[in-house]
Amino acid sequence: MKAFQVVKKEHLSEQVWRMKIFAPHIAKKHKAGQFVILRVEEKGERIPLTVADSDSKAGVITLIFQVVGATTHKLSCLKEGDCLRDLVGPLGTPTHIEKYGSVVAVGGGIGIAPLYPIVKALKAAGNRLIGILGARTKSLLILEEEMRALMDETLISTDDGSYGERGVVTDVLKRLKERGEKIDLVIAIGPAIMMKFVCALTAEYKLPTLVSLNPIMVDGTGMCGACRVEIGGETKFACVDGPEFDGHKVNWDLLMKRLRFYNEQEKVSYELAKKCTCGGD
Amino acid sequence: MAKKIEPRVPMPEQSPKERIRNFNEVPYGYTPEMAKKEASRCLQCKKPKCVSGCPVEINIPSFIGLVKEGDFGGAIKKIKETNLLPAICGRVCPQETQCEEVCVLAKNGQPVAIGRLERFCADWERSLGEEKISLPKCAPPTGKKVAVVGAGPAGLTVASDLAKLGHKVTIFEALHKPGGVLVYGIPEFRLPKEIVFAEVRILQKLGVELITNYIVGKTETVDELLERYDAVFIGTGAGAPAFMRIPGENLGGIYSANEYLTRSNLMKAYLFPETDTPIHRGKVVAVIGGGNVAMDSARTALRLGAERVLLIYRRTREEMPARAEEVHHAEEEGVEFHFLTNPVRYHGDEKGNVKEMECLKMRLGEPDSSGRPRPVPIENSNFRLSVDTVIVAIGNLANPIVPKSTPNLTVNKNGNIVADEDGRTSREGVFAGGDIVTGAATVISAMGAGRRAARAIHSYIMEKSSR
Ligand SMILES: Cc1cc2nc3c(=O)[nH]c(=O)nc-3n(C[C@H](O)[C@H](O)[C@H](O)COP(=O)(O)OP(=O)(O)OC[C@H]3O[C@@H](n4cnc5c(N)ncnc54)[C@H](O)[C@@H]3O)c2cc1C
Ligand code: SF4
Ligand code: FES
Repeated sequence: MKAFQVVKKEHLSEQVWRMKIFAPHIAKKHKAGQFVILRVEEKGERIPLTVADSDSKAGVITLIFQVVGATTHKLSCLKEGDCLRDLVGPLGTPTHIEKYGSVVAVGGGIGIAPLYPIVKALKAAGNRLIGILGARTKSLLILEEEMRALMDETLISTDDGSYGERGVVTDVLKRLKERGEKIDLVIAIGPAIMMKFVCALTAEYKLPTLVSLNPIMVDGTGMCGACRVEIGGETKFACVDGPEFDGHKVNWDLLMKRLRFYNEQEKVSYELAKKCTCGGD
Repeated sequence: MAKKIEPRVPMPEQSPKERIRNFNEVPYGYTPEMAKKEASRCLQCKKPKCVSGCPVEINIPSFIGLVKEGDFGGAIKKIKETNLLPAICGRVCPQETQCEEVCVLAKNGQPVAIGRLERFCADWERSLGEEKISLPKCAPPTGKKVAVVGAGPAGLTVASDLAKLGHKVTIFEALHKPGGVLVYGIPEFRLPKEIVFAEVRILQKLGVELITNYIVGKTETVDELLERYDAVFIGTGAGAPAFMRIPGENLGGIYSANEYLTRSNLMKAYLFPETDTPIHRGKVVAVIGGGNVAMDSARTALRLGAERVLLIYRRTREEMPARAEEVHHAEEEGVEFHFLTNPVRYHGDEKGNVKEMECLKMRLGEPDSSGRPRPVPIENSNFRLSVDTVIVAIGNLANPIVPKSTPNLTVNKNGNIVADEDGRTSREGVFAGGDIVTGAATVISAMGAGRRAARAIHSYIMEKSSR
């Protein structure tokens, strides 16, 4: 097998793909919470993606991504047997895993993918796990089976009510709290706006909350500072100091504004990428 | 000494007006006639001062003598006896503070253009075609293996020297391309990347293995490398950007020079949308700092279409650490210099992007630890400048990934790895050199450190095996 070769590609939902990639060095070292940076082709951008799973015996890592721009579009066009141009990792500080007791894992949309390896590690450490999985609509919900297999209890919400409860993940969390559930830690991964609201709620409940941030990155090694985030008023580089942080200290508005900085250009390159129709299915 | 000394032969270059619209190299280089003419200015001193000014002690009068005779092949051989990367050094070395500063002719105003001649020789050889470049001889294989961490000038030099001594060398590089700052930092218009890649290909022909996308400390630790290799050299550079930690510095449109230059150089964002990596093409760009990195950022901003580029420096022209030639080029191209000025805060618009920079006026005070006069803020001198992009180029710190993941590797208070003259660190079998040891310095000093470390590594592994 060649380095960075796509060994398996599956459609998980509309616009969401799961790819297994041959990368033995990364598979061997990967720990929950870490990510990789990849480039699909020579003219491509470097983008970070969380490693959703790894198999050190097979030398394979799993990436789950949603097509949202040029790079993810090009990635989705790769077929089994094709190779990524570049892949580097594992990057970032791994999640601190210990026996916390009862952990609520909140995943929104594509955020369920990075949540998965963390839940897996927390399970192995003997934690009781309650999952709250949210999606806009039923067809966009990913990894439900895999998550259910790890959770002691799984609650689902969709914005349109097509599956599980109608509403957002914070509604479910509220109800969980109201029923008197003892919670030692909340981990929330999803769109920034979701994490912001989860944190606002858990701050009221005084529940320690971990989040995983997804700012724009270039090198992923602390060399450029593109990934600056503010944590408790202090500037941190998410690629090396994170990507996980205490959710109650994150400056969410800054994160969301910085994420939008290249919106115009991103649209342009996405449109161009889409014009090139490829062999992807 | 009655002989009149001719003035320096100027090097032709793109006009400022033309060049700020492209990323092509600014100078065209000497023609053979120009080179011979300039070479004939050299006095062939018996005790050449220039050589002592050169960090790698190139036999300068000797190579210049060969240029004068038109033996360009002989000249480049002479240079390469001590300098591995002349096409690069001829372009980026600060000759005006090294060989050319002490050239005897400097007293009369115009030293021999040693750097331009070095560049000429290297370019002449490259123009023959890569396959014609004669490879240095390698000693028979020793069976020893060395891992080099980082493919910047320090790492490349170590790799080359050890390969010539017959050792098997593997370079591990974090980024997807080799070259270090030469590729991600220094812009194309000052150092065409193809020159660096050609040098790396020569290394590979010598049997050096290059593995990109490999972060030592993450993908594999130094201790794990030591299980597979007889020695490890760390040449990871000074790759962590310093910020001023002033309010508003995280607004959109405020970049570290590293990010701005990496987007443009490594990721080729100047070709967007032909390439996918975006960069903000600001109209009014402020660059904070007075070094080479600031000049490169300012000149890149102009080429990306800025209407005005303001260079903000807290001291005066005299204290600017940038090379004279770069300051001159920046000025010719229209960069506006604002001396004795320091930003204190940024103001943003409703989208969270920078729109104004608030500055203080400064004056020069007593000398500080660096020996330069300390800039002292003048109270209540605040004023605002409208800007839409800011590039912070106030220096680079040591990247902690390797030290943090390597137990008992001693670092100083700035996070730089502590190493002796020959690169020996606190860990047996682990050597280091270049910016990771000295803090941000120069290409040639990183190469010099690499050369000394290669010698020390050679004796270490040979002694170890005879023990
Ligand atoms: C914009 C700019 C302009 C400059 N202009 C000049 C000039 O005109 N003249 C001059 O003499 N000097 C100049 N310098 C300084 C000069 O480039 C540096 O001093 C020199 O490159 C240092 O060489 P190095 O080999 O120590 O490190 P670098 O060139 O920084 O190379 C280090 C390499 O190591 C890699 N690396 C880092 N960490 C790891 C890891 N954990 N695992 C694997 N690889 C890793 C990096 O990606 C990089 O490729 C300039 C610097 C900058 C930033
Ligand atoms: S000091 Fe100047 S004149 Fe003398 S040998 Fe060196 S380059 Fe030639
Ligand atoms: S992505 Fe460059 S420092 Fe984090």
